[in-house]
Formats: sequence, C-alpha cells, structure tokens
Amino acid sequence: MAKSLGPVKRKFSPWTDPSATPFIRFENITKRYGDFTAVDNLTLDIYEREFFSLLGPSGCGKTTLMRMLAGFEEPTSGRILLQGKDLSGVPPYRRPTNMMFQSYALFPHMTVEKNIAFGLEQDGLAKPEIKARVEEMLKLVKLEPFAKRKPAQLSGGQRQRVALARSLAKRPKVLLLDEPLGALDRKLREETQFELMDIQHTLGLTFLIVTHDQEEAMTVSDRIAVMDKGVVVQVAAPAEIYEGPNCRYVAEFIGDINILDCAVTENAGVCVHPGHPPLVRLESDGMKIAVEQECPASNGAKVAFAIRPEKVRISLDPPVETDVNTAHGEVWDIGYLGDFSVFLVRLDDGRILRAAQANVSRLVDRPITFGDMVWLTWPLDGGLVLTR
Amino acid sequence: MKSSRFDSTVLTFCFAFLYLPIVILVVYSFNASKLVTVWGGFSLQWYRSLWSNESLMDAAWVTARVGVLSASIGTVLGTLAALTLVRFPRFPGRIPFTGMIYAPLVMPEVITGLSMLLLFVALDVDRGFWTVTIAHTTFTMCYVAIIVQSRLLTFDRSLEEAAMDLGCPPVKTFFKITLPLILPAIVSGWMLAFTLSLDDLVIASFTTGPGATTLPIKIYSQVRLGVTPEINAVCTLLIGLVTIGVIIASITTKRNEARRIRDEHAAIRGVL
Repeated sequence: MAKSLGPVKRKFSPWTDPSATPFIRFENITKRYGDFTAVDNLTLDIYEREFFSLLGPSGCGKTTLMRMLAGFEEPTSGRILLQGKDLSGVPPYRRPTNMMFQSYALFPHMTVEKNIAFGLEQDGLAKPEIKARVEEMLKLVKLEPFAKRKPAQLSGGQRQRVALARSLAKRPKVLLLDEPLGALDRKLREETQFELMDIQHTLGLTFLIVTHDQEEAMTVSDRIAVMDKGVVVQVAAPAEIYEGPNCRYVAEFIGDINILDCAVTENAGVCVHPGHPPLVRLESDGMKIAVEQECPASNGAKVAFAIRPEKVRISLDPPVETDVNTAHGEVWDIGYLGDFSVFLVRLDDGRILRAAQANVSRLVDRPITFGDMVWLTWPLDGGLVLTR
Repeated sequence: MKSSRFDSTVLTFCFAFLYLPIVILVVYSFNASKLVTVWGGFSLQWYRSLWSNESLMDAAWVTARVGVLSASIGTVLGTLAALTLVRFPRFPGRIPFTGMIYAPLVMPEVITGLSMLLLFVALDVDRGFWTVTIAHTTFTMCYVAIIVQSRLLTFDRSLEEAAMDLGCPPVKTFFKITLPLILPAIVSGWMLAFTLSLDDLVIASFTTGPGATTLPIKIYSQVRLGVTPEINAVCTLLIGLVTIGVIIASITTKRNEARRIRDEHAAIRGVL
C-alpha cells in the first residue's frame, strides 16, 4: 500500500542568512538551583518554521531550557525573546507556546474530545468553532473513532496522539515537545517521527523538541543543538553534526566513532589536491595519518583523530605502495546488524579500531571472519582532526 | 486436615473475640424484657421508645450536626494544609508546621480536650455546640490532611502544568483539574472525619456545655446509671449505619475496579 509522504522536504536554512531575524532567542540564559547550574550563560537562536532539537544526556539542561521557554521556570539571569518580545514575567498561561509533555499529561477525567477542547475553551472560543477545531485535530492525528474515550481506554500510541492534538489545537507559535516519543516502541516511534515532520510542515509551525535519542534528533530536525552540562556544544544541521563534530564530546555522543590520540607532525597549509582543504599530517603511536582539513593546530600539538567506522575500509589484501592512513590487525569480534557488519579489529599495537561494512550481497559466510589478519585503510577526507 | 481444623478454630475464636460483644448487644436490643441480661422474647419496643426518648434523639441530632459541620470545616482546612505541605517544599516554619499538623494524631485525647477547655475558659467562651464543633474540627483536620497529602504526593504535577500551558490560570486549574482528581481522597477524608467526630467522647465531654450533649456523652452518662435496652437499640442503629456505609464504599471500589479492567481491555482492543 502506497503511503502519502506529504510534500517533499524543502531546502530550508534561514540560519545561514545573516539578515534573517530569529523567532526565538535565548539570550545569556543562566539557571541555577542552589549551587547547581542547570543552564550556564547560554545563547541560542531558533528560526521560524524550524524543527529544532535540543539533544543531550539527562541532566544537561535541555529540559530546563524548554521549561523556561514554556514559562514553568524563570531564568536566574538572561532573557528569552519570542518575535523580539521579552517573555520575562509572562506566566505560562499567557505564552503563545504549547507543550507536549513527556508523560503526555492527559486529563484522566476528561474524554479525548474534552482534552483537545480544553485549551480552546480557555481562549473563550465559540462552541461551534471549538467543535470544528477538535474535529480537525482528531482527523489530523487519525483518532476520530476515539473521541468519546477516556485516556485510560487508549493505548500508548493513541495517548501520544491525543497529547499532540491537544498541544496543536491552539495553533501555538511554538510547539514544545519533551521527549515526545520516548514511551513508544521502536517501530511506532519511527512512524511517528515522520508524521511529526509531516504535521510540522503542513501547519508551518516552529517545533522545539527535547530528546536524548540522537537518531530521533537526526531524523526529524532541521538543526540540532548538542548540549552538555548546561552549555550548547555545537549547533548545526544533522549531517554537519555527524560529519563534522567540533569536539570529542559531540563526536562520541552522535553515532559510533573511533578516536585516536595524536600529535600534529606537519600542518603547513599545503593543498595536495587543488580545491581541497590543506593537508594535516599526524602521528599516533607510530601510525601515520593524513587528513585534508582546515585546522588551527600547530606542529607538535596534541589532538585527536576521529573517524566513523563506515569510513574505514577493511580488506584481506595489503594496500598498495603506502604506509599512510592504514593499519594492520586481527579481527577480534564481528557485530552483525543486518544492514551493516561492524568489525572490531585489534591492531598490532593492541588498540581497537572499528570498521563497518555494508552487507551488499546476501552472503551468509562472509569472506572476512574471526581471527583473520586484515588491513584497514581510509581516505584523506574520511576522518577529522579534533582539537578539543 | 489437621492444620485446616486448627485454622478454622483460630478463625472462629478470633471472630468470636471481635464480634461476640456486638452480636450480644444487637440481640439484646430486640429483647422484650427490661432486664438486659435476661431474654424475654423478641420485641421492637425499645426502638419505639427510643423514638419518643427526646433527650436521646436530641443528642443524636446534635452529634449529626457537629459531625457534618466539623468534618466539612476540617476537610477544607485539612486539604489546604495538605496542599501547603506538598506544594511548598520550602517555606519558613515548615518543619514546625508539619509537626503541629500531625501532633493531634499522637496527642492523648484527654490532653487535647483539656487544653481546648482551658482555651475556651480563658477566652471566656460559652461552651456548647460551637465549642464542640471547633474542637472536633481541630482534631479531625489532621486526619484529612494526611489522607489528602498522600494522594497529592502521587499526583502528576505535569497535569496542572499542561492545563496552565493551555491557557488556564492557576486558580481555575485547581478547580478544573486538581480538585476533581483528588476528590476521592477528600471524600474519604471527610468520611473519616465524620466517623471520628461521631465516635468521640473524651474531647466532646471536655468542650461541651449545657444543651449540646452529643450521643456518645449521652450514652455514657446513661450507662453509668445502668445499661438499658434503649441504649442497645441506639448502638444497633449506629452499627447498622456504619455497616451500610462500609458496604456502599466497598461496592463503589469494586465497581471502579471493574471499570478499570474494562478500560484496559478497551485500550488493548484499540491497539489491534
């Protein structure tokens, strides 16, 4: 059965336009609870119609940041602007934001219909208008047959949809989603992610989502802010975050990665290939590494070399006429993931490197197996030099 | 077999220990004889004479009024106290406040009664209906506070936040969301408070005055002159009242349970 995917996702990058004004601006926000600093002098811009993710481990301050935007917490210092208007002192019930709670927070004593109508009733809308809007919302989340049910009579996925419908009913300027899919099983979560994107696109709203699930953030977001200990470490589009993490923390938090401690041996700013970034040479315990990258590190600087497993090629044959970007070792373990196999290779010096290979043919017996001596190689633009 | 016979013996003994006095009381309330311990045939005469015993009926009426009024005031105050304790984890004087809410629970009734009496005397208040009501309010309020507090501790605050997020101001949120959801706890708090007030002899006897004799005081003072079958009849009526209350409560609980199970089944069907 063909499923409608909605309109094609457009190219959207207002953050690259210096003349664009941010829709939401967190300006030097600090939030302290006693001695504990939850959010530390954070500045962040979010643009209209953006699907923005706050990503980080629990306790990194992402939920606090969202709750400050919703008005449940007041910043200790700094201010939050929405369309240029300072939100300080505006109580949650007067803010043009709506939130979808992690626990869904459906009112157990009201039917689905009443739950969705609740916000509209607070606005004092006329009865027929409320009715029309509730029907529209029920249709949007495909819950029409469940209008008269109480939350207790719904499954987890249905409750999640009611919560979404309720928070969308008032057409908020910004929809805040706090770990919205955390309670759903994997299959349903994936489906719902695409539906969320579809709804966001159709309604043209700004979505701010808090999650600790990097896959979820990568799938749905226009941009991701990776947070750690109350500060934003990197803000960028998903591909940029994955391919160009700006530090070890982001590199390790997003996806799987090999990290080697290195020293810079040569960084002369020489371009070997015209049009490519200059070449940086590194050394890691005798292993020679070369990377094409703009890098501020000077000779002798201690840096880290990071490379994703899928960019490491694994082969039984030695590489031809080179000793750069190559390593030799024994296959220590193989993780078969269906689409990919991950090989844990124990190098001759005892270090472990991971290499992933797409399983393109339906072979049960792989040519490379446990205990094989293999060669690992990677291209000049495969890895990254991380200076912090 | 042997152990089962042992079990049933123990059970019989326990039930006899618990209920024999009550059964005797009920049986003798239908006694035709005026002598409490001599069975003289079945009769409802004590119930009839009870009806015409004005002082006893007055006492019952006073008790009912005191009970309803003190339970209602106590429930409002107790609920407010519970809200304060749960919702404001830090305020100056919280610890003494908590202690003082709970103190009446462990305070000997005699002391509560006596201190109330001293207070009323010091304030030069005429003792009567209102002083008993006030005294009962003070000591029932803490029970309500505890029941409501335990409900509030498990209350999901995000429900209130969700309501406010949807544009509902705090006071309205309390009445539209919080109150309906904690209502069962408040109702059971009220019922407990009412029962406690109905039952109380010590505090009432300290704080009452002329014209405001409650039923327990009346019964107690009559018993001192000798147990009459009329008293048995009153007590039987009280037992009947309590039993009906308990039965209604358990039927409601059972029905709620059945509905919960039905809801869960509906939810499972919804998945398919």
